Amino acid sequence: MKKRIATVSLAGCFGCHMSLLDIDERLLELLQQVEFDRSPLNDLKRFTRRCDIGLVEGGCCNEENVHTLQEFRRNCDVLIAVGQCAVMGGLPVMRNAIMHSDDPLRECLETAYLDSDKVYNPSNQIPNDAALPLLLDKVYTLADVVKVDYQIPGCPPSGDTLWNTLEALLAGKPVELAYEQLRYD
Amino acid sequence: MESRIVSICRRYADDRTRLMDILLEVQRELRGIEPAAMELIARQLGITRVEVEGVVSFYAFFSRRTKGEIIIRVCDDIIDRHAGGREIAKVFVEELGLAIGTTSADGRFSLEITPFLGMSDQAPSAMVNETILTRLTVQKVRLVCARLREGTEPRDLVVHTGDGNNSHPLIRAEVNNNIRLAGEVLLCPVPANAGLRSALQRRPQELLAELEESGLTGRGGAGFPTGKKWRAAADTAATRRFIICNADEGEPGTFKDRVLLTERADLMIEGMTIAAYTVGSDAGIIYLRGEYSYLRPYLESVLQARREHGVLGKNIGGKQGFDFDIRIQLGAGAYICGEESALISSCEGLRGEPKNRPPFPVESGYLGFPTVVDNVETYCCAARIMEQGGAWFGSFGTDRSSGTKLFSVSGDCARPGVYELPFGITVRDLLDRVDAPDAAAVQVGGPSGEMINMSQFERRLCLEDLPTGGSVMVFSQRRNILEIVDHFLEFFVEESCGYCTPCRVGNVFLKKRIEKVRKGLCELEDLAYLKELGKTIAVTSRCGLGHTSPNPVLSTIRNFPLVYAVLLKEHGDGVQASFDIQAALEESRRLAKRRSMIYDPNYDEA
Repeated sequence: MKKRIATVSLAGCFGCHMSLLDIDERLLELLQQVEFDRSPLNDLKRFTRRCDIGLVEGGCCNEENVHTLQEFRRNCDVLIAVGQCAVMGGLPVMRNAIMHSDDPLRECLETAYLDSDKVYNPSNQIPNDAALPLLLDKVYTLADVVKVDYQIPGCPPSGDTLWNTLEALLAGKPVELAYEQLRYD
Repeated sequence: MESRIVSICRRYADDRTRLMDILLEVQRELRGIEPAAMELIARQLGITRVEVEGVVSFYAFFSRRTKGEIIIRVCDDIIDRHAGGREIAKVFVEELGLAIGTTSADGRFSLEITPFLGMSDQAPSAMVNETILTRLTVQKVRLVCARLREGTEPRDLVVHTGDGNNSHPLIRAEVNNNIRLAGEVLLCPVPANAGLRSALQRRPQELLAELEESGLTGRGGAGFPTGKKWRAAADTAATRRFIICNADEGEPGTFKDRVLLTERADLMIEGMTIAAYTVGSDAGIIYLRGEYSYLRPYLESVLQARREHGVLGKNIGGKQGFDFDIRIQLGAGAYICGEESALISSCEGLRGEPKNRPPFPVESGYLGFPTVVDNVETYCCAARIMEQGGAWFGSFGTDRSSGTKLFSVSGDCARPGVYELPFGITVRDLLDRVDAPDAAAVQVGGPSGEMINMSQFERRLCLEDLPTGGSVMVFSQRRNILEIVDHFLEFFVEESCGYCTPCRVGNVFLKKRIEKVRKGLCELEDLAYLKELGKTIAVTSRCGLGHTSPNPVLSTIRNFPLVYAVLLKEHGDGVQASFDIQAALEESRRLAKRRSMIYDPNYDEA
């Protein structure tokens, strides 16, 4: 039976998903072995059944990220944090550096939407619609929130790195990555 | 200010290597070392301001801001804490109307916390300028504060001076020796200079052989064979060699050197003089920790008396050409300076950072010359060995750990103090002597040593089994093991010199994870993390501090598994117990003035 894979991008930029597409013609080979469940690649918004592998890009910056991640953890046997944001927080985690403030989240929002000279915001309001998920007090990595089975660093990890990882995982073998494949930039 | 700083620098011949002394004097006279003062010192010594600032910022007893005329430092080691040190600090806070770490507006008082004063046998303790106050109670602190406010000089706070030389006019300290058991080597009556006289009649090579026969090992804790060390220094081809006595007794729970410095100063200096004769040295340094500065005038007088009696200075003991003199280098509150290469850095007027080894100090130490660094107790033993012979010394103790050892015992026991016993006695034997019937855990060798449980009390105190520089802390059933571990880690985080990453960062991670364990938020795999991280820190750190700082964690995981087991939880759903979504959303709820659609179950009602 084909293995099932789910993917999602949380507080990420979809760069890691683009990198997955960089496996090029090997996509066909992958599709011989797996079926994609919930994923932006097929636009499935919900899990249809339990999956073997979950690939998660991006860290957690709001409640929806946490909720989605918990759902992935519940529905996937093996959960993989893909890319710098998922592993260490990446660019979004820079807001955690606002730590010597009594009200870091407010300071972050005010800088982003009101105070910075680069901001064009005629309404002079911080977005606050009921449909917007609440932000977390700071950005969390995936491993801060749930147990993660594997972490692949890189911004993004290259297509080859992702391919080698999936290939080994599907074959039930240990992953062997060349020195230059395991990197943090 | 300028003229005072210039004259202080001149007193030390504008010598850059004496920067510690210069800064200590500037700190004392001006109560702080402000940027302008650093500028002046730098100009005077011909170095950059950054070099001066680097040293100023390194040591706890130097400050860039002006401190109060009276600096009160309350001791905060675990034994003091168990004895009520925290409450004592609170009373100081109330009485002086000062938060810890601040200086009063009128510039009269500064209040601080210090990691270890070396008084755990008479805790809780505090240091008021250079005066030590012991066995503090709430009433006593109120009285002390009242008298200080009236303008009493700190040294006049001492009402009852302690036993022995603690009542010497040059010491006059409230400190007690608490010598509970005098053995046959150090704390028994010792004849003056008998070892030196005997040594001067023999050739250095014979003395090295004698020392090697004795099997004497370093008393500071590492246990390196002293004979081998002296021989290595003697065998180097060098124009000068140095003898340094490590009296920077900073390992929490250790206070036996305090007693030796008070009661056996002559013996210690005699040992240093013998070392100088053996390896061929003309100058020595006693590195005295800043916390023991109350002993300095007395030690200076002992040195002076020895010069006058011809056993220090020129042509010692009538031996033509054997010149050797000693200066005292005061430290300034840095645990790391007990590490020999950091101690040498400090003597050279640098930040107290360890040096890379090799070369070892015996090859290239103080100012690049071969240097022997030994503990106070080691020099005392060496002097006795020269008097009584190596075979006599070797008849005490075990195969690899010969002689007697001074144990500083503190904590939950009826008779805390210093015990001189042969190496190899069991922990239980020691516990019986200190009268600790309800001992449940014993920390041997200070925070960097090992915590053992009741089933291990038959283990022996010696290099072969449980090595210790002297610190033995006894904890009863009432104590929280993980609070102790957490406290020790706090100590290491504070005292790491910050040079290498595993120690600077790793210890913080260890502490964070232990805090998590204490809150009941950890799972089994967190123990694996602690072990792995601990091992990494121990293996990859640059000096002894990092090599041993994970020990509180590693030894308690090994010896007190149940303490951890009751706090660990299993979470089958794959979520991290430490992640608290409600807490993470709190700030956002407040700012957005709405509740969470996902995590607030009664969202619609709001």
